[in-house]
Amino acid sequence: MNLTLKIWRQKNTAAKGEMKTYKVADISEDMSFLEMMDVLNEELITKGEDPVAFDHDCREGICGMCSMYINGEPHGPDRGITTCQLHMRKFKDGDTIHIEPWRANAFPVLKDLVVDRSSFDRIIQAGGYISVNTSGNSQDANAIPIPKENADLAFDAATCIGCGACVAACKNASAMLFVSAKVSQLSLLPQGQVEAKDRVLNMIQQMDDEGFGNCTNTGACAIECPKEISLDNIARMNREFLSASISK
Amino acid sequence: MSTLDSKIPEGPVADKWTNHKNHINVVNPANKRLIDVIVVGSGLAGASASASLAEMGYNVKTFCFQDSPRRAHSIAAQGGINAAKNYQNDGDSTYRLFYDTVKGGDYRAREANVYRLAEVSASIIDQCVAQGVPFAREYGGLLDNRSFGGVLVSRTFYAKGQTGQQLLLGAYSAMSRQIGKGKVSMYNRHEMLDLVLVDGKARGIIARNLVTGELERHSAHAVVLATGGYGNVFYLSTNAMGSNVTAAWRAHRRGAYFANPCYTQIHPTCIPRSGDYQSKLTLMSESLRNDGRIWVPKHLKDVEAIRSGKLKPTDLKEEDRDYYLERRYPAFGNLVPRDVASRAAKERCDAGFGVNKTGEAVYLDFSAAIMRYGREKAHTSHLENPTDDQVRALGEKVIEAKYGNLFQMYEKITDDNPYKTPMMIYPAVHYTMGGLWVDYNLMTTIPGCYAAGEANFSDHGANRLGASALMQGLADGYFVLPYTIGDYLADDIRTGKISTDSKEFEEAEKEVKNRLEALVNNKGSKSVDHFHKRLGKVMWDKVGMARNIQGLEEAIAEIQKIREEFYKDVFVPGSVNEFNPELEKATRVADFIELGELFAKDALDRNESCGGHFREESQTNEGEAKRDDVNFAFVSAWEWTGNPSEAKLHKEELVFENIELKQRSYK
Repeated sequence: MNLTLKIWRQKNTAAKGEMKTYKVADISEDMSFLEMMDVLNEELITKGEDPVAFDHDCREGICGMCSMYINGEPHGPDRGITTCQLHMRKFKDGDTIHIEPWRANAFPVLKDLVVDRSSFDRIIQAGGYISVNTSGNSQDANAIPIPKENADLAFDAATCIGCGACVAACKNASAMLFVSAKVSQLSLLPQGQVEAKDRVLNMIQQMDDEGFGNCTNTGACAIECPKEISLDNIARMNREFLSASISK
Repeated sequence: MSTLDSKIPEGPVADKWTNHKNHINVVNPANKRLIDVIVVGSGLAGASASASLAEMGYNVKTFCFQDSPRRAHSIAAQGGINAAKNYQNDGDSTYRLFYDTVKGGDYRAREANVYRLAEVSASIIDQCVAQGVPFAREYGGLLDNRSFGGVLVSRTFYAKGQTGQQLLLGAYSAMSRQIGKGKVSMYNRHEMLDLVLVDGKARGIIARNLVTGELERHSAHAVVLATGGYGNVFYLSTNAMGSNVTAAWRAHRRGAYFANPCYTQIHPTCIPRSGDYQSKLTLMSESLRNDGRIWVPKHLKDVEAIRSGKLKPTDLKEEDRDYYLERRYPAFGNLVPRDVASRAAKERCDAGFGVNKTGEAVYLDFSAAIMRYGREKAHTSHLENPTDDQVRALGEKVIEAKYGNLFQMYEKITDDNPYKTPMMIYPAVHYTMGGLWVDYNLMTTIPGCYAAGEANFSDHGANRLGASALMQGLADGYFVLPYTIGDYLADDIRTGKISTDSKEFEEAEKEVKNRLEALVNNKGSKSVDHFHKRLGKVMWDKVGMARNIQGLEEAIAEIQKIREEFYKDVFVPGSVNEFNPELEKATRVADFIELGELFAKDALDRNESCGGHFREESQTNEGEAKRDDVNFAFVSAWEWTGNPSEAKLHKEELVFENIELKQRSYK
């Protein structure tokens, strides 16, 4: 198929960006979206032009590095996948595709489609862990049975890949889905209970400090989330936050 | 020929590690604050080492080339992690895990290291659970296990098909806690481009800030390389796009021996390639072989009909299918080790039985498991005389709970529904057992330079068993390196901060700068990928699943030619001092080309078949791999002398005191 691409180009954080138009031809429907971008870049390089910078690494939907806002949706039109798993069979010959970076104050653009998501790392550093040192003699892993239901819910929350699609999808650029996934995972497990109150307060404080917006429950984040993290996690985090705020 | 000192402690294998820990030097807590350690890489080994070293009191600087340490490719590991917990009461033990790993590695690993790995494996699970890693559980609330290829017990802990992700996030969160405390300084989007030696010791690195393009000097008392494997030398592999050999290769060029580069694992269950534009291959976890049966049609006429779309695989009668693994290896069936399963798939496809248009695919079929689970479920839910459709629906639910994310991934990539039609799979490069040579303390031949996880060579011999990579990465990072590094650093408590103003740092930085500038000023006519693809094709065709003398000699000549052309004709756009992904690729591919030649040279030198290394000259009458213990029971450790073709071979003899060497049989 032949496609027209309108892509955000921005030399660096300080520079002003703009949309530029490119054409690609003979794209196979079995290609992944990023492979289509590879074809474009190969052409640009051959012509001596600057290739489009974009983040990507594992190309199997798990590292969370790829981050394209495609036709107004993070990770494009398909559901439950990242950009690297999006295949060109979701598009038609002659389509025009708009490709932009994640847009949020807390995610400044570094170049073209590449943004800086270190704010997510700082939120985890503020409390997204259980304070246990490495030791060769912690209690046996089976010492505390955990109801399967809780373990499964914790797992579902823990599958978050930290890509930032939730922020990009949100009209307020809120990071509530990301933060709540970690808060939920740890609060659902007995090991995480001990520090639960400090954790939720500290992580939310950091989230606010980074400049993420508020949650107004539109649910766009959960729809666009490549790992289909549920909105229930936000409810759980609000409950944790409220109870921690009252008792602290 | 010089001998390598592996520093294996004296005494019975079961006591070596405890004795060793009791007798090595320890740095007192107050002095640890005076010591800096650089960790390159933030995967399982790097993140766990960073966290543990920082907890102990060392000042740690950790580097990763990705935008966050959580992206390291350990995250993509699917199936699980082994540990000798014996929760299933099936007779598992430290010894049995040790034995399986040495046997699975085709008797080319170091006994003492493997025993230690098995010994600390149980602590890893305890540690991870304490960190909040949500492993799969049974209804009683206890941890669940599954079995994996090459073993006869259930010792694999898992979190659906995302075990690597959950373990890595555990290590990442432990490290994040230390970053929050200021004990780990994290350098995201930084790539190590050289190792700096001062007075023969590793004392720092030259790293490039990938956002600004600036070169930075970082010093430390020791440097840990946890930089993963080099499977991307094949261009197409299941590794992430950025996975590379550069850090390890640069250490090699500075004096670290590179061990067994030809030991590569070709994983049997990956999604087959679909076209020339393909940028990477996707793994389907080996855990699928627990429930999937592998087959091709028995008759070539059926193969033709399937390829042309006239026949659906589901319509082929049971007696017209060849479940070749069950046929050839009745004892292990579909659960034979990876190298055996991969070669068997290649054998069938080479004979013309491949089931897709490229002729390089076999079926992995879940229909039998779906019906079996469905009947079980119908029985427990007291459904009387269920119809086949009801049973199938129930069974699909069970399969979904076990492998849902893998099935979804398969469907998104291929547009086929694997619940209804068998998956198509083919082997792909997945893991490299070779790596930097290390002694028992995980130190390379450069004093103060350590290698952990996939970056070292030590534990898997010539073939790695499933679910052992995660075990090794975390064992090295949590439980081995933090102790053994103290033995070396104890001599450094009075050294003080290492200056980066020395001539050694200056020269190393200048060398890197020249190298980068030469690449961007080359202004050739071909992209970096052009050369990478050519290298990959030579590697796959001639240094892949089966190797022979003629092919290897041709490969070496062809790789030399690619190297020459690369430096003459590569085109790297942009400049050094900016965000420049093409330049990143160029430095990595330049090193892959050199490694590729050493890889082929190593494969040529090892005239035996062992594990993932299959030399056509060395096989039994039935076409099985034939090891040569008389002539090749050693580790090949290569010393850089200025050119891959002139690398000097050092041999570490492998001594087996606890396990009798046998020809592996999975029949």
